[in-house]
Amino acid sequence: MRSRRFASRATRDLHLEQLVSPLPELGLVAANGPNDPEPELVVEDGVVTRMDGREAAEFDVIDRFVVAHGLDLDTATEAMALDDLDLARRLVDVNVSRSELVRLSRGLTPAKLARVIGLLDPVELMLALKKLRARRVPANQAHVTNLKESPALLAADAAEAARRGFAEMETTVGVARYAPLNAIALLVGSQTGRPGVMTQCAVEERRNLELAIRGLVTYAETLSVYGTEPVFVDGDDTPWSKAFLGAAYASRGVKVRFTSGTGSEALMGYAQGLSMLYLEARCLAVVRAAGSQGVQNGSISCVALVLSVPGGTRAILGENVLAAWLDLEVASGNDAIASHSEIRKTAKLMGQFLPGTDFVTSGYSVMPRHDNTFGAGNFDADDLDEWLTIQRDWQVDAGIEPVSEDELVRVRELAARGVQAVFVDLGLPPISDDEVAVATTGYDAREMPDRDRAADVEAADDLLARGVSGLDVARALDRHGFADVAEAVLGMQRQRVSADYLQTSAVIDPDGVVRSAVNDPNEYSGPGTGYRLEGERWALLQSLPQVVAPAALLSESSDAEPIVSNGDAAARGDDPAEVVVAVGPAFADTIRSTIADLDHRDVLEAVSEGVREGGGEPRLVRVRRVADVAFIAHDGARLSGSGVAIGLQSKGTAVIHRANLQPLDNLELFGMSPLYTLESYRAMGRNAAGYALSKRVGPVPTQLDNFARAKLIVRTTLLHARETQAVVPGAEPVELELHAATVT
Amino acid sequence: MAFDPNSDYPLGTRRPDLVSTPGGIPLGDVTLAALRAGELAAEEMRATPETLRMQAEVALAAGRTQLAESFERAAELAAVPDELLLEIYTALRPRRATALELEEWASRLDAHEAPKTASFVREAAAYAARSLLADA
Repeated sequence: MRSRRFASRATRDLHLEQLVSPLPELGLVAANGPNDPEPELVVEDGVVTRMDGREAAEFDVIDRFVVAHGLDLDTATEAMALDDLDLARRLVDVNVSRSELVRLSRGLTPAKLARVIGLLDPVELMLALKKLRARRVPANQAHVTNLKESPALLAADAAEAARRGFAEMETTVGVARYAPLNAIALLVGSQTGRPGVMTQCAVEERRNLELAIRGLVTYAETLSVYGTEPVFVDGDDTPWSKAFLGAAYASRGVKVRFTSGTGSEALMGYAQGLSMLYLEARCLAVVRAAGSQGVQNGSISCVALVLSVPGGTRAILGENVLAAWLDLEVASGNDAIASHSEIRKTAKLMGQFLPGTDFVTSGYSVMPRHDNTFGAGNFDADDLDEWLTIQRDWQVDAGIEPVSEDELVRVRELAARGVQAVFVDLGLPPISDDEVAVATTGYDAREMPDRDRAADVEAADDLLARGVSGLDVARALDRHGFADVAEAVLGMQRQRVSADYLQTSAVIDPDGVVRSAVNDPNEYSGPGTGYRLEGERWALLQSLPQVVAPAALLSESSDAEPIVSNGDAAARGDDPAEVVVAVGPAFADTIRSTIADLDHRDVLEAVSEGVREGGGEPRLVRVRRVADVAFIAHDGARLSGSGVAIGLQSKGTAVIHRANLQPLDNLELFGMSPLYTLESYRAMGRNAAGYALSKRVGPVPTQLDNFARAKLIVRTTLLHARETQAVVPGAEPVELELHAATVT
Repeated sequence: MAFDPNSDYPLGTRRPDLVSTPGGIPLGDVTLAALRAGELAAEEMRATPETLRMQAEVALAAGRTQLAESFERAAELAAVPDELLLEIYTALRPRRATALELEEWASRLDAHEAPKTASFVREAAAYAARSLLADA
């Protein structure tokens, strides 16, 4: 039989994704795989003769590289002898320092590393990550691309990303020959938004190196490694070639970060029956052995595959922790789309977002997803306010700052103008004023005027042939009145000379000071230590553009013409048709309208009309001693000739009450004030009259808005606060006179 | 004052006196004014082998052995021409070079006063056991 609820759930986006049960033979197992080897290290006469289930003669190219460069044999004897649980507990023990844990990691084999990480639950992993992150302060990386490879839009988006606080940004190309143009747009835009932001252009290695040599980019993270030999070789590299390339990049002043991540070996068909986490431990051992300062990991482009198996999200967090334990800078994924489900995607994100990593995402799509040519965009321009709000909710710094619309429009235009000037100066196909205007305020590249792409790529080739460099970009900016941006671009060239940003987890402050794990290390050791979001930074991350001061939510209307006046103390009536309309202390006085923006005069008139339509006689009374609607109504009922009253709070909540009921009981309660119209209040009046005259009364139909509370609870609180401020303890109820409306 | 890897990082802001371009322009003279005066060339905007060696010392002082070794290799490679760099990278990729050819590349590196990188390339002899050498 089909359940309509199952059918309804099956239409949710989550069900677009395939979940599978583990199949270790194909590597479809997240961690602790049945075929993962027992941790093992045998050293004879200073030579490793067995590691993780293999004899030296059987070592593959990964084992050989790790044995040659990745193990500190002096530490290994001590570290490998430690009990797995003992090591796991040290990872979460705030009294065991990060440096001690890093020291021990240098003597552990990949199987041991994976085994220990596999013992931690998600919250333990988060604590371990918080402890083990290399740099004290977390940061974030942006993706900046667009489908038309529009330079003005690239520069504007880069400027926005920089202004929002991203420490690094990455672009790529749809057409490889565009690389120098995109790199220039990113360089100009980033330095317009904030000096010191590092940039990269993900292209083929040779082209990449060329851009770096010319000072058009400052970092690279394209160096992929894999956990099995066949996949490594299919990637057309070996650990030795990758390590050589890493040093080659460094020799040209490029910050290098390797890339790895769970799931890639299974996807590429040679997981060798091993778990994703174990294979990632092998990757990370290679990354450290190769002398990379850091790694981009956290499954990256295979994230959806890892999330298809049980424990996938935990394994991904585990691999981030493992990288940090190996003293590597971690750019922790969250860039490729992890799930169709917003709930699931965000739940996965929290593993990195809450503890903080060196780069919480390895590419937050600063533009709308449509323009993300990485084929990704897990979180994008449209999600920014959510990201900022979640930072504010948790009091957590995940590396993105709120910035006002005016400021962003300013900085985007400046960047687009800057790259326009550089194109003129370098003799590139001109960028029109129209392009600048759309790049400044447009939504995505679909709105951008089309460029002559053939001319662009020809110009790009020519640019490389002419040997245009970062210095030429600085000179062009300076000549066209962008001296500040020129200075920032030159500052990036200066950084290449001092090479400080090659060190682990380096980012560059706006004043040009490099901050890395060397001079700003994470030394978290429990509450009160490490990086805490407080002071000015916390004030900044609280102040989202849409935040308002609570007082501003209340319209100050007490200066307005009075619409009622209080009379004498109210006595008990004796007309059996009388229905008292009892209002709260602030009603029609310091508060003039309901939460649904109904004017209090109109509400009083509607209720009174309703009472008359129902055959009753309304009488207005103000209750002053209390602000609670039940007591307002009950006090009214005790004064009513019929014993029936309607109580009205200023925000619009209403109750029909009778004198012989307990105060917190009632005849009808109308608690959904945001939904009520004047007709609703008229219906309440009719029903109250019906009760007064002992007629059969059908309750006013209940309305429900599930989101009313979430939407209006702040205004409700503020309105009620004003009502309670108007309370006069012990004061008698008074007669209330509604003034005639002034004709205007 | 001598260089102290424990306290002189970042070099660019703490010890600019120790840093210069390959052509000997002090870091402090890399300014917009110098750019306007035509005193800066693109080839100058890179780290010298000496600077990279200081960075290696900084990494080592922080306990980062392998990172320091990579910076040592980078220091050696700073003077190696781009084209040679890319050729050696290619030779190290799977099944690109024979054992003899790898040894020739290593010798080329020795000739460029890059002994650490040369010996790193010689380690690729390990490829033989994994069928990662080119057919002779």
